[in-house]
Amino acid sequence: MNFDLSDDAKTLKEAARKFLDARAGPPVARKVMDSSDTHDAALWAEVVEQGWPAARVPEAHGGLGLGTDEACVLAEEIGRSLAPVPLLSTMGAIEAILLAGTDAQKANWLPKLASGQAVGTIAWAEGDAKSPTAMPSLALSGGTLSGAKSPVADGLVATVAIVTVASADGPAMAIVSLDGVSREKVETLDLVRPSARLQFDNTPAEALGTATDWVKLTEQLAVLAAWEALGTSDAARDMTLAYAKDRVAFGQRIGRYQGVKHKLADMYILSELARAHALHGCWAWSAGAAELSPAAAAARVASLDALKYTAEESVQLHGGIGFTWEHDCQFYYRRNRQIVSALGSRSYWADRLVRALEQRNRAAA
Amino acid sequence: MDFNDTPQEADYRAQVKAWIAANAGEYLNPPAKPWALDDFVARSKAWQAKKHAAGYVGITWPKAVGGQGLSPMHQIIFNQEESRTHVPTGLYSIGLGMCIPTVFTHGSPEVAARYVPRALKGEEVWCQLFSEPVAGSDLASIRTRAVRDGDEWVINGQKVWTSFAHKSDFGIVVCRTDFDAPKHKGLTMFIVDMHAPGMEVRGIKQMSGGSDFNEVFFTDVRVKDTHRLGDVGEGWKVALTTLMHERLAVGGKPRHAPGYQTLMTVAAGIETDSGPAMERADVRQRIADTYIADEGIKLTQMRALSALSRGAMPGPEQSISKVVVAKTMQDMASFALDLSEASGFAVEPGSDLEKLQGSYMWSAGLRIAGGTDEILRNIIAERVLGLPGDLRPDKDTPFSQLKPL
Repeated sequence: MNFDLSDDAKTLKEAARKFLDARAGPPVARKVMDSSDTHDAALWAEVVEQGWPAARVPEAHGGLGLGTDEACVLAEEIGRSLAPVPLLSTMGAIEAILLAGTDAQKANWLPKLASGQAVGTIAWAEGDAKSPTAMPSLALSGGTLSGAKSPVADGLVATVAIVTVASADGPAMAIVSLDGVSREKVETLDLVRPSARLQFDNTPAEALGTATDWVKLTEQLAVLAAWEALGTSDAARDMTLAYAKDRVAFGQRIGRYQGVKHKLADMYILSELARAHALHGCWAWSAGAAELSPAAAAARVASLDALKYTAEESVQLHGGIGFTWEHDCQFYYRRNRQIVSALGSRSYWADRLVRALEQRNRAAA
Repeated sequence: MDFNDTPQEADYRAQVKAWIAANAGEYLNPPAKPWALDDFVARSKAWQAKKHAAGYVGITWPKAVGGQGLSPMHQIIFNQEESRTHVPTGLYSIGLGMCIPTVFTHGSPEVAARYVPRALKGEEVWCQLFSEPVAGSDLASIRTRAVRDGDEWVINGQKVWTSFAHKSDFGIVVCRTDFDAPKHKGLTMFIVDMHAPGMEVRGIKQMSGGSDFNEVFFTDVRVKDTHRLGDVGEGWKVALTTLMHERLAVGGKPRHAPGYQTLMTVAAGIETDSGPAMERADVRQRIADTYIADEGIKLTQMRALSALSRGAMPGPEQSISKVVVAKTMQDMASFALDLSEASGFAVEPGSDLEKLQGSYMWSAGLRIAGGTDEILRNIIAERVLGLPGDLRPDKDTPFSQLKPL
């Protein structure tokens, strides 16, 4: 049995951690928050230089041809460092093209995305309460697209979007160059990863794969997002842990109080449950296993549980200082909302998990 | 990543599978009704003797003490295959898991030669006499007294929560031998004969109705000094090695305990005012919660197995297991009984719901046994996360002078 990340992925994770510890983290996030920047352009150039957008792109298309393990550790470290770069959005677009693209679409887009010449994103939300698998109002018509998507993470900097569209078989995908597409910033709860409203107006677009591909893509994205959430959650916990070891009240470090330390233990418990499911999701994705449906949904649910609890209780354990604008707690508290909204809520995915379990039980019967 | 055995592991598993198929035939299905205690003991002894003869006892122990000298992975493979059946287990888990390793680590060669082989064969059953009415989570507060008398010690006091004391031949007992030393410093460990004069075992009836544990009373029980384990005053250190020898920390959920599938089965049969229970959002959320916890622990154990399989130590994440498993069992059972309304309250022997009722009752004990939820959270916070320990005002004061704050 080898239920663990590959050695290559562990090496990449260490390198990514080292790089991002030095170059990213809350102070860098704060700079973007305090400015009108869409991202940290200098850091993004360095991330491209590291070859991270190229990780999953096959060598034939100018990439590194790495596996899902490597994609997952990059997501985890971006999550941990809050790095304000459009890497995960770009990786999402790359996965969509890898999964569903024609040879021509791959040849057209993958080299550009791998080299940083293009920045990708996924645009499914339409500003309402619908889930990622509800029928979108936008539809492809004569090779063009009209209508709006919002909020789209990294939509201000993206140059190409995977847009969900209505089809006879359910929501499907289109690939759209954002050249000339009008966009405006959408105010959201996350102040570090700006979102946009994309307004399409007879914009040329190509169909990308089938409705089944979109459902499958959401599962792959759920695994990636689980690793991101795990990294973000662990960063918030580590920050709070350091504070609990330092802050004194009633003549003791507050970390001695069970009311405090048991919350930190619960953060650890939720994080390790999430990590086990995230590893399982990563395995099912790489193995192309039917198990991906329940595994991805479970990874998503468990990671959202960990992040929600940790982000909320981190503010609580910091007390008043944690509620100030100047403190870093808000980044994690706000990022939790972004990660939830990027791919559908906990209750949506819990329901998908049970549907996958029902399906598996029916298949076994 | 893969979930497959290495070729060597696969060979051993095939060998174990074949042996179990040839020897555990009568235990492939659960017993029609639970075995009476004496029947359980007799069956346990017979099964243990078979395992011993075939080389499946003490799999990870050194050959010098009668073990097989194999890796933890071998033990786990055997346990996995054994747990597919319904063979009687449990009678030896404390003795062979905790007591005997302490005996061969801290006992004299003569004592080890006398006790270890018979324990391995299952001829003699062992129990662990640690907890007391005033010393549960705070084990070092025990008051059972051992006083030296020539070549012997005289023990007086009371132990509690002793599994299988009434069916045991020997036990290891931690006693206070110096009341003027601080609490951790005045303890000493002994081997005690459970049939010695002055020993009295009384069953405890649990709130679940079962009687899995005992109280053990010591009245002038005499133990030879040769049966001391470790030095006088070193009993705490010896007890810690006992606790470290707890069965490989990959236990998780009790064998054949109800899980998310049980909840799905129960819900599938229920029609509520707002439609089939399986279509109700709250039911689906609870199924998901149970799956996340149960499968999360199973997958966490696979991380441990992966470490063991490549000869490494499992990571600290294994410490989350019991605290998750016990509470999940309670929450899931409680929800399934809620959903079942009146049928969840009335007891119908042999039904799925009866299993859930049993699980509900037992989980309340499981959250306490072997480390309460609260102690386990302390352990995670202090040993894994490195937070400072609780202040212990009683740590350095002579035990005889302790007063509660």
